[in-house]
Amino acid sequence: MKIAIASGKGGTGKTTLATNLAALIAEQQPVTLIDLDVEEPNSGLFFQGKLMEEIPVHKMVPNWEKKKCTFCGICQKVCNFNAVIQLPTQVLVFSKLCHSCYACSELCSTNALPMKPEKIGKTSKFQTGNITFIESSLDIGQEMAVPVIAHTNKILENEYNDKFIIIDAPPGTSCPVIESVKDVDFVILVAEPTPFGVHDLKLAVETMRELKKEFVVVINRFGLGDGKILDYCEQESIEILAKIPNSRAAAECYSYGKLMYKYLPEIKHEINKIAKYIWQHLGDRK
Amino acid sequence: MKEIVIISGKGGTGKTSITASLAKVAHEEVVAADCDVDAADMHLLLQPDFANSEDFYSGVIAQINQAKCIKCGKCKDVCRFDAISIVDKQYVVSQLDCEGCGYCAQICPRDAITTPQQNVGNFYISSTRLNMPLVHARLGIGAENSGKLVAKVKNEAKALAEKRKIPYLLVDGPPGIGCPVISSLSGADFVVFVTEPTISGLHDLERVYELTAQFKLLAGCIINKADLNKEKTAQIKKFIRKHNIYELDQINYDEKFSEAVTNGYTAAEINKEYERNFKHLWEKIKEIVLEDK
Repeated sequence: MKIAIASGKGGTGKTTLATNLAALIAEQQPVTLIDLDVEEPNSGLFFQGKLMEEIPVHKMVPNWEKKKCTFCGICQKVCNFNAVIQLPTQVLVFSKLCHSCYACSELCSTNALPMKPEKIGKTSKFQTGNITFIESSLDIGQEMAVPVIAHTNKILENEYNDKFIIIDAPPGTSCPVIESVKDVDFVILVAEPTPFGVHDLKLAVETMRELKKEFVVVINRFGLGDGKILDYCEQESIEILAKIPNSRAAAECYSYGKLMYKYLPEIKHEINKIAKYIWQHLGDRK
Repeated sequence: MKEIVIISGKGGTGKTSITASLAKVAHEEVVAADCDVDAADMHLLLQPDFANSEDFYSGVIAQINQAKCIKCGKCKDVCRFDAISIVDKQYVVSQLDCEGCGYCAQICPRDAITTPQQNVGNFYISSTRLNMPLVHARLGIGAENSGKLVAKVKNEAKALAEKRKIPYLLVDGPPGIGCPVISSLSGADFVVFVTEPTISGLHDLERVYELTAQFKLLAGCIINKADLNKEKTAQIKKFIRKHNIYELDQINYDEKFSEAVTNGYTAAEINKEYERNFKHLWEKIKEIVLEDK
């Protein structure tokens, strides 16, 4: 079972929900928590786990070998990303623009552009009690988050296929989110009841529908804003799984990196609802 | 024309509310640009008229002409993105997985694959209720946010500022540190970080600062919800001083802030005191930008 926690808007409480839910479930059974917000991973700030393994993430990029080059110009012609530019006396490769399609390398008749790995990030594995925590992060200055997410997905597929997995997804509606949720069984969308929150929830809902993903909504900071989010979910027949109440105490807990369900019973009550829903789902699927 | 870009690393720290508030007090002096094209929200506060709208094309996606296809399978073999599969004995392209590299089209022996340009969204040049123009965009669902639409928004906003002789460009940036952020930083004269005193706020500020330092950009910082955690606020201040980042302002946790957003106005419109504070902040930013040579 693989669940992703996502949102259109940033800062709505994805990490709060992912960490609290994982810790609450871990009181009963082993759980694997994955942080795929590779640009700004934060779930790890809430757990003091033991680092078990650190794996560098590479992407393959062409490396020009002058001696073999005939300056035929094919490499520049076939690159759709302007990552390979041929000048009169040299070929320049802009590795940050490269999508690793291999076209320039494999279509070069003299093999002057062999593909070589370049480090763009890392994946770290931690263990703490019942929680296996995996965090992937993009190196600063690197532009492409998707290959780091894809690499982590491969690890999940190969080593954690039978595990119970919760994914903390990146914000937005574009490719990093899609890469993060494409293999999951269902998605929990976290939204705030403000106009920004409702607007971005609509975008997230459209994205999930486009991907044909099953999803439910959790409202965070319930009590803020107005009732428009409830109207929207009712109109669209979207199930609201829980309403985490707005409170300054919750914000303070988060600010210190503390798991708020341990201190605030009204929040534990809501997180419990989500856990129960997941357990029920697990039972139905098996 | 000077360009001020507001970013945060972490989402939800108050970037858009603060940018819109600055735009409100700066009104005739700025062109506002919403570069968070993935989840653009500034229009909810500035109420633009969407007067000028244009489609934006970027990148390509492969299409297989079944009448020409001889089912040799070469396209599927070379695709590194698993975007080509066999469905009902036909080779088909998954729109979501195709990266648009065009390798398949290059090697197809029958020229059965074309690569049409993709409409990835719209961009708009609008007038707003607060008397400043807003350049903004909407990325299509599931479209690639390669930073190209971000660059387009910025370039259009710059051109507009130059044409109308408006001295400042105020950019609401995207969250994160990847391609869209890097694109929004290109050409910036001053970067403003909006952070919050939480464990994640500080962590993400450190990462995004490291990115702007790589580009040697002049930077300042606003601490939002500063009284939420005084210890973390002190840590952020220490970090700011250590790296010679301008301490611009700190704003206390106030539910009036989200009330304002809920009712569709900026924080600078809450009351006279907020208006005065944002005016003061805007003057401070201008002073720094103008002094910098």
